[in-house]
Amino acid sequence: MADEAHGGGIQIHPMDQFVVKPLFGGDTVHWYTPTNVTLWMALTVLVVVLLLVVGSRGRAIIPSRGQSIAELAYGFVYKMVEDVAGKDALKFFPYIMTLFMFIVTANMLGLLPMSFTTTSHVAVTAVLALAVFITVTVVGFVKNGTKFLELFWVKSAPLPLRPVLAIIELISYFVRPVSHSIRLAGNLMAGHAVIKVFAGFAAILAVAPFSILAITAMYGLELLVAFVQAYVFTILTCVYLKDALHPSH
Amino acid sequence: MEGDIASMGQFIGAGLAGIGSGAAAIGVGHVAGNFLAGALRNPTAAAGQTATLFIGIAFAEALGIFSFLVALLLMFAV
Repeated sequence: MADEAHGGGIQIHPMDQFVVKPLFGGDTVHWYTPTNVTLWMALTVLVVVLLLVVGSRGRAIIPSRGQSIAELAYGFVYKMVEDVAGKDALKFFPYIMTLFMFIVTANMLGLLPMSFTTTSHVAVTAVLALAVFITVTVVGFVKNGTKFLELFWVKSAPLPLRPVLAIIELISYFVRPVSHSIRLAGNLMAGHAVIKVFAGFAAILAVAPFSILAITAMYGLELLVAFVQAYVFTILTCVYLKDALHPSH
Repeated sequence: MEGDIASMGQFIGAGLAGIGSGAAAIGVGHVAGNFLAGALRNPTAAAGQTATLFIGIAFAEALGIFSFLVALLLMFAV
């Protein structure tokens, strides 16, 4: 929002990039309105499909570039699930792979100039995190029955301490979806806002070279953050899944 | 310079909440530094522990992100 009245201040507001706008004019956003969030989510799914389905269709012995990336991603997530959550968690591999590919692609697409970062909205990440939370809780009770509650009743602690620990464990269990979602959204929002703040400084001649250097550096950091946050989201999903499958550990 | 005492409180509060980000930076540095110290003592065991490293960093960082969120809420939502 270029605000001429302020004159000399920051010309672009750093938070403007996160405004949800309807695609085809109008101001009101209903649940069925196609917005820029819908557009960029659809693009994310499209890119994932292009990479994983079309890119690796050849199934060549010597993989093409697209196929190598798809195979690397597959192997990376497969090994992560196997290492962190254990062999018996591998039936959840398709779900975790979907989560990882969706988040990492959404983060990377968000780094394109003038694009929209869907994962910077808590509403988007909260749905992902709640889905994980509900899945893990249901799996825990289905697999272990009431023994799942041993997650809160720590057997290795002395008896008088257990009720206190149970309360702490219970709180930390229910805070999981909150921290899980806000970590992803907050990291991306913070990074994109910082880039925009430096972009705002570029309008002032004296600091413009510094600002452009800073944007370049922040962009590199954001590439790393985009990957690491997707990695952290999926690895925490694996950790929660391990808790659900083996609650007594 | 105009405004009222309430918005002054907002800005001061948001600035104070920003301290939390610095504290989280200390936490993340502590995790990474200790990992490196351990990894240099026993490099063969380090590769298997990178997942733990990232989980530790994620937990330390989440609380800093919470304080950032408080700052944002004070600036834009209150």
